[in-house]
Formats: sequence, C-alpha cells, structure tokens
Amino acid sequence: MSDIDYILRAGARAKGKRPDFLGDPSSERMLSILLAVVGEVSVLKERLDTVERLLDAKGTISRADIDKYQPDRDAAYQRGLMTKEYIARVMRGVQQEMEAMQTDEKPVADISVDLRDN
Amino acid sequence: MKREDVPPPYTAVTRHEVFPTPTHDEAARFNFLTAFNKYLSGVIGPGNKLAYEKRVLPAFRAEHRRDPKDRFEIRHAMNKDPWHRFWSACKRNSMEMRQQNGRSMVLRQLDALDAKARQLNADRPTLQLDPSVATPRYQNAVDIHCMPGSYHGEERPGDVSAGANYDCGIFATTAGGLGALSDGGGQALVEWIKRERPGWTPKRILDVGCTIGHNIVPLALAFPDTEIIAIDTAAPVLRYGHARAQALGAKNLKFIQMNAEDLSRFPDGHFDWVQTTMFLHELSGKALPQIIREGVRVLAPGGLMLHLEQPQYSDEMPLYEQFIRDWDAFNNNEPFWSAMHAMDLKQVIEAAGLPRSSQFVTGVRAVVDPTVFPVAASGEKEDHGRAAVWNAYGAWKPQS
Repeated sequence: MSDIDYILRAGARAKGKRPDFLGDPSSERMLSILLAVVGEVSVLKERLDTVERLLDAKGTISRADIDKYQPDRDAAYQRGLMTKEYIARVMRGVQQEMEAMQTDEKPVADISVDLRDN
Repeated sequence: MKREDVPPPYTAVTRHEVFPTPTHDEAARFNFLTAFNKYLSGVIGPGNKLAYEKRVLPAFRAEHRRDPKDRFEIRHAMNKDPWHRFWSACKRNSMEMRQQNGRSMVLRQLDALDAKARQLNADRPTLQLDPSVATPRYQNAVDIHCMPGSYHGEERPGDVSAGANYDCGIFATTAGGLGALSDGGGQALVEWIKRERPGWTPKRILDVGCTIGHNIVPLALAFPDTEIIAIDTAAPVLRYGHARAQALGAKNLKFIQMNAEDLSRFPDGHFDWVQTTMFLHELSGKALPQIIREGVRVLAPGGLMLHLEQPQYSDEMPLYEQFIRDWDAFNNNEPFWSAMHAMDLKQVIEAAGLPRSSQFVTGVRAVVDPTVFPVAASGEKEDHGRAAVWNAYGAWKPQS
C-alpha cells in the first residue's frame, strides 16, 4: 500500500487565487458541499441501478461483480438518461430562473388586483 | 430523446496498460460530471447570453451611453450578474470535482501505476528525461486548468500521478467528445493529412508540448516508418506518456524533456512536420513567438507547420462570444488564454519566417467512433474552450 494519504492529497488545492463568484465565502462553501452531495447521490443511484441489473441477470451478486460491471449500449443509454433526468431535477431552480429572464412578468399580486377590478 | 443527447459511459474509455482502473463509484462520479458539464454548457449555458442581452447590456448602455468596447468590459459587467455568477460557480466546482475524483482514483493505486510505468519505461532509449530542464514561469505561475501540481507536480519523486490524472479526466471535461483514448485531435490530424497529402510519408515529426502524447500517438501509428519526437518540459507527463505510447504500440515515438524555446539540439531543417496541439495558450507573450521561431528554423523546406487551437478572436467574432470563450482564462486558471487568442497568429508565423502566401487556416473536428461517442457540438451549445472543434493554423514552408 502506498505511503501517500490519497484521501488528503486527492483534495489538494490548485495554485492560483480562486475567483469570488457569489460574494460571500459561506455561500461558496455551501455550494461546494451541495454539489459534492449532488454528485454522490448520482453515484448511489447508478450503483443501485447496477445492483438491480446484475440481480435481474444473475439472481445473485458480489461486490466484485459491481466493480466489473460494464453496461451494454442500451443499458448505458438508460443510465445516462437517468443521470440527465436527475440533474435536470436538481437544477430546476437555475433552469427556471433562466426561463424567467426571457419574459417580463408582473408580480402575481398586480395580476390579482387586475383580476379583482376587471 | 436522441441517443447523442446522452453522453457515453465512462466504461467506454479504453483502459490501456497504464490507465488507472476505476471502481464502480469512481466511474459513476465521472459519469455524473460528464452529464453535469453537458448540462452546464448545453442546457443552461445559453442563460449567460440571455442575461447579457436582457439586462447586462441594457444596464451597461444606460450607464455608459455606448456599447462595451471589448470582451473585458463585458466580463466586468457580467461578473456583477447573479445568474452568470451562479453558473460560473457551478462550473468552477465541476472542474474542481473532476480533479479530486481523478486524483483520488490515481493516488490510491499509484504503486501499481508507477510499477507498470517503470516496467514499460525501463532502459528504453525512447524516453529521455533531463532534470536540468526548469519548469518555465508560464507553467508555474498557477496550476493550469485547476490541476493541482499542474503537469510537473509529483506526489513522490519519479511518479506518474500528474500524467495519469490528466489522462483519466479528459473524458469527463469533454463529455466523451475526444473518444475512447481522448485522442480525437490526433485522429483528426491523421485524417486531415491523408486527405491533404495522400501518399506523403514525413521523415521526421516534432510534437511540441506533448504532455501525455495523446495527440501524437495516432500520427506515430499512422506513420510507423516516421521518426517522431515529442517534447515537453514536465517529466511526470513524459514518464506517463511514454509508458502509454509503448502500451499502445507506438514504438517510433521518442519522448524528450526539453524546453521548446531552445531547440538548438536539432539542426536547421531537421523535421518535415512541426506541430503543437492545444498548447500555444499555455505559454507567454515572449515564449510563444520564440517557440514558433525555433519551430520554423528546425522545419525543412517543403515541410509542414501546424498548430491546433481553439479559434482565435477576430474583429468578425462578436464580443460576447469572445467573452464566453475567455471563461477558462479567468475562472479555470488559463492565464495566457485570453491574450493568446487575441494574438495575430498569422503575423507571428510570418515574422518567424513563413510568408502569408505559405499559410492556411482550416477547421478540424475530433475524429471519434460515432457509434459510441458524440460528434462535437459547435455554436450555441458548444462547451467553449473545451469543444472538440479546432482551427489549425498552418503553413507549408517554401522550398527556398
């Protein structure tokens, strides 16, 4: 076994000042944590899919089977689609904010007043 | 849903002998990042332009009573826009996560990878390392594309961690656009030259800034009788690249640690093909023209000079596009990217001794197996800075 603490070293920081994106260090850290969790949930979903497919095919599995698993073309497509759908679900708020930029909407309270009076 | 809308799985990557073996979950992490990058560029990337047109540009006009005069003014204005900031923060995190995942996978199996590389590299005259070669300032100022340790970093002396980490993540950041061996650029060069000069067999090729040699191995395999030299200043990627080339059967390819600003080791006219692929943007304002000058000097009359890069900025390219192509320069540690893409490369090549009449620019698209890998997107949906569509800036050196 290597004497390198691979877990610690995997997270080494790249040299070069990190840009300030969100204007607040806590928000930056929260987004980093959140996106890492988003990624790990995706990994869990994919692992569960692997387990299900192997069980379907063989009825029983080992951990080694999971690491060896290589999806065929159709399975790869279905799993890719699952991840794509998952990301779309997680990113909905951002995507809808983008859509909102395309229109110039009044507050619903204004519409409410309008409907009351007309 | 069309098949090409879903990226190929990480398991489609070819595992050559020195490629790190992913666990199920490491592959799944890359699958997530691949899909996430595709989402950021394809689905919500256009939101940046929307924010620009709907509110950033109108606000700029109201404040300054004119349009932005360059891509920097657009950047400063966009950097105040909450949507663009959030998008950039997501994208930066994706780059950082790619590095952590790649490094984690490589470092946990570094003993095995180093042993394999040592076995493939031992006593081979085709790998020549020179510890006296210093890391140039332009490679050392920051860790390029947020790759901790850059190309020259080592976790322990003599290791291949930098090369292995670089190799294993290209698939994720390009969403598989470079194919199973991440060599779609090199494959494209092979296809291009066979079409451009059918029957030509170059005697000697020099590949400058080769890193792990992924874009030169296809040429070495296509021209087995050609003597090919690939140089780089960073030993860790050369160690890995040489082992990788040996594993893939490219035996006519020599890797030499050398700084291309001084090619005095080679006589005038020594090569009949001198090239770089996605390298010029990682230099500096002084080093780039010097490397081109040296390249022209060692190029034989009638020989080919070729530089593969993302498209240069020009007056014809809208300022917004220049701004979005600049994203990596300021957000992904590519400090020379912006200045390089604004250079007049034709003028630089001309000043180095190749007249305009000998020059050409041509579009090149990654060559991949389209039954498995996506054909590179261009236009609105392309992942600017990473799209597998390039311009080749080239010249055939006049005979006299």
